[in-house]
Amino acid sequence: MATKILTEHINVPGIETFDVYRKQGGYTAVEKALKTMTPDAIVEEVKKAGVRGRGGAGFPMGMKWSFLAKPEGVPRYLVCNADESEPGTFKDHYLMKNIPHLLIEGMIISSYALGANKSFIYVRGELMYVIHILEKAIAEAKAEGFLGKNILGSGYDLELVVQPGGGAYICGEETALLESLEGKRGNPRNKPPFPAVKGLYQCPTVVNNVESIATTSWIVNHGGDAYAAIGIGRSTGTKLISASGHINKPGVYEIDLGVPVEDFIFADEWCGGIRPGHKFKALVAGGSSVPILPANLALTLANGEKRLMSYESLSDGGFATGTMLGSGGFIVFDETACIVRNTWNFSRFYHHESCGQCSPCREGTGWMEKVLHRIEYGHGHQQDIDLLVDVAKKIEGNTICPLGDAAAWPVASAIRHFRDEFQWHIDHPSEATQPGAVYRGEMALI
Amino acid sequence: MAEQEIKPQLLKVTIDGIEVEVEPGTTILQAARKIGPAVAPPAMCYYQPLKGSGGKCRACLVRVAAGSAKDPRPMPKLVASCLTTVQDGMVVENETSPQVVEARKGVVEFLLLNHPLDCPVCDQAGECDLQNFAFDHGRETTRYEEDRRTFEKRDIGPYIQLHMTRCILCYRCVFTADQITNKRVHGVMGRGDAAEISTYIEKAIDNDFSGNVIDVCPVGALTDKTYRFKNRVWFTKPVDAHRDCPTCSGKVTLWYRGDDVIRVTARKNEWNEVTEFICNTCRFDKKKTSDWTIEGPTKISRSSVISANKYRRDEIKPSFGQRLAAAEYKAIDDERDTSQLGIQQLAPERFAKVLPSALEPEP
Ligand SMILES: Cc1cc2nc3c(=O)[nH]c(=O)nc-3n(C[C@H](O)[C@H](O)[C@H](O)COP(=O)(O)O)c2cc1C
Ligand code: SF4
Ligand code: SF4
Ligand code: FES
Repeated sequence: MATKILTEHINVPGIETFDVYRKQGGYTAVEKALKTMTPDAIVEEVKKAGVRGRGGAGFPMGMKWSFLAKPEGVPRYLVCNADESEPGTFKDHYLMKNIPHLLIEGMIISSYALGANKSFIYVRGELMYVIHILEKAIAEAKAEGFLGKNILGSGYDLELVVQPGGGAYICGEETALLESLEGKRGNPRNKPPFPAVKGLYQCPTVVNNVESIATTSWIVNHGGDAYAAIGIGRSTGTKLISASGHINKPGVYEIDLGVPVEDFIFADEWCGGIRPGHKFKALVAGGSSVPILPANLALTLANGEKRLMSYESLSDGGFATGTMLGSGGFIVFDETACIVRNTWNFSRFYHHESCGQCSPCREGTGWMEKVLHRIEYGHGHQQDIDLLVDVAKKIEGNTICPLGDAAAWPVASAIRHFRDEFQWHIDHPSEATQPGAVYRGEMALI
Repeated sequence: MAEQEIKPQLLKVTIDGIEVEVEPGTTILQAARKIGPAVAPPAMCYYQPLKGSGGKCRACLVRVAAGSAKDPRPMPKLVASCLTTVQDGMVVENETSPQVVEARKGVVEFLLLNHPLDCPVCDQAGECDLQNFAFDHGRETTRYEEDRRTFEKRDIGPYIQLHMTRCILCYRCVFTADQITNKRVHGVMGRGDAAEISTYIEKAIDNDFSGNVIDVCPVGALTDKTYRFKNRVWFTKPVDAHRDCPTCSGKVTLWYRGDDVIRVTARKNEWNEVTEFICNTCRFDKKKTSDWTIEGPTKISRSSVISANKYRRDEIKPSFGQRLAAAEYKAIDDERDTSQLGIQQLAPERFAKVLPSALEPEP
């Protein structure tokens, strides 16, 4: 039976208000933490829980917290990354607009654990209404004594600030986010130094995703071991999956990590299968940045075992036959989807969103987009496919931040698995550019 | 009192097989420069005198084959040598790594992608870092057939013209304005390949030290309006001179054509970096020999057409990249119908830089 750690109360009417949230057991974790636990004890529980960063990279949260430098007399900061702009990902938005107090409660616990007295929630600028919801919730929590000076008489002070972003995907990258928060142009920083040593205003800083921070109330209430008992292997706990595309029931689902991909797509409990009369062709499992997989590899590992919704299983086989869990942006394609067009579309996004700081990404993203556009619109050349592979290779790993990789991977993987489809566009331009035309050659449809 | 100096323990690092000892905190690039030009990675954005510069162009990527003596594992990705500090026992591959050579080829290609390649009419030609970088590390043909990004030329203030088409967004001019002028009114606007250097609401750059952005610009994006189209650098003669200047050090290089000073710049070191910035009065207003005390001809120790045919051979060793380039150039040259282009005559000079045989020390 699926555990609901984040979404148990999400459908309770009025849950966005303090009173209803409190009645459902809200803020008991703050009470427990501040009254009975030391900051280090909380860090210990989060470590035991093994919860991994939900923003995309999957870095163990407890470990990140324990890396935080603690020099005397220097403030430390916690910054919540709520910039969620990755195409296909919409879980943080869902959580914040429906149950804002869950995030605020998590922020209080996490800030206390890290010794931060001023913490920030950096919200994607387009989500103005969510920003208003959060601000209202913060005001309520403050009025009830859960924020501000001397919280619950514990002597601990916390100010929580909501900062709207300016509408740039790159400001979701943690160091670009910090620059933006400081009021500067959102250029990612070169690392090292990492934020844990020099972050916001050059002070030690932890940046965590909304979903990561939201897990902390449950971990404090139930203990890290209970959290680690959910899930599979090193993929502990539950994960919010933003499911979209050609499925019967798109939406946000909280799953125990370890559910088979096949079940997640076809079971009624989750996506409810491919839309009637169509077949499963391809999957982007973790947001637009991760490699796309054809249907057969999406459901099964190279060794024939079922692929599971977990960090390890999704990346099984490396990029040759695997992908990544990423941020959990789960996009399903049926046979009507043109992979070339989709790849071009993703590429267009990364071209538009590159900050332009480093040359491989600034120039390479635009180049790939233009070549893909040409192929899609019937002007491709024979050498274009290899050119794309080479340009992707020259970007990957050679940039300041992972946006370069994120731009390269979708292109490289689409060609790796759907090369025939690209070739068809080049060989049959007039056919391929007919309205609604899609490659119907040999491929595994499920 | 005897001065007690506690010497920090020196770190040993090997770059392209050559060992060097440096102080803790030294970057790979600086360590390589200490060895010499043969192993120094190219740097298109890093500028030693400017704090915070580097990390952007990715021209200086190197492979770290062993992280340190303690942890000799290789680093998983190529690293920017201008920002990565050395560890004791680190082993670095610069042009001895085919992966690095390949990545640099990529960086040249990316930097030239939207570049107008208007060297024949560009004032920077001959002293352009991008030309040198492309010559040393680039591929011979372009694979880009899309439209290039273009901008109108713009006057930013009375002395400087901006050719945004040529800009490689190294941010050097931004750091310069931040660090040596009292107010920065220009910066990078927009993002991705639509990013551009621009002044705040087309404001003019007007500041005693503004002219230095011209010197730090690695390409011909920021040019001296008092020198525009006056000459080609290889026809001019650089001479070191100084004057008593109340605003700056007054140490400059005068560029002569015949008896006329046609340009004044700050002095550059062998890495093409200005270490003493000069004021606008020295740069733009003092263009008479009588304004200056002449020190003598400028020694150009970096390889440049400014010192055409006068390369210091002792400093240049054929590196992996150069040997590779030499082989490639030879292959193209062998294929090409040279008689038509009259290239045959030029060839020996042009290839002198890359042909290993030409670089062997003279007996
Ligand atoms: C281009 C780019 C965009 C990103 N966008 C987001 C985002 O919108 N939200 C997020 O939580 N993490 C995003 N990340 C990941 C963050 O850099 C960072 O790893 C994350 O916020 C850390 O939190 P976590 O450890 O809780 O996942 C992005 C990374 C990159 C490279
Ligand atoms: S990889 Fe792209 S987005 Fe990241 S710093 Fe470089 S140019 Fe900016
Ligand atoms: S104008 Fe010149 S110095 Fe300024 S960013 Fe462009 S290339 Fe660099
Ligand atoms: S010189 Fe190191 S990245 Fe530009």
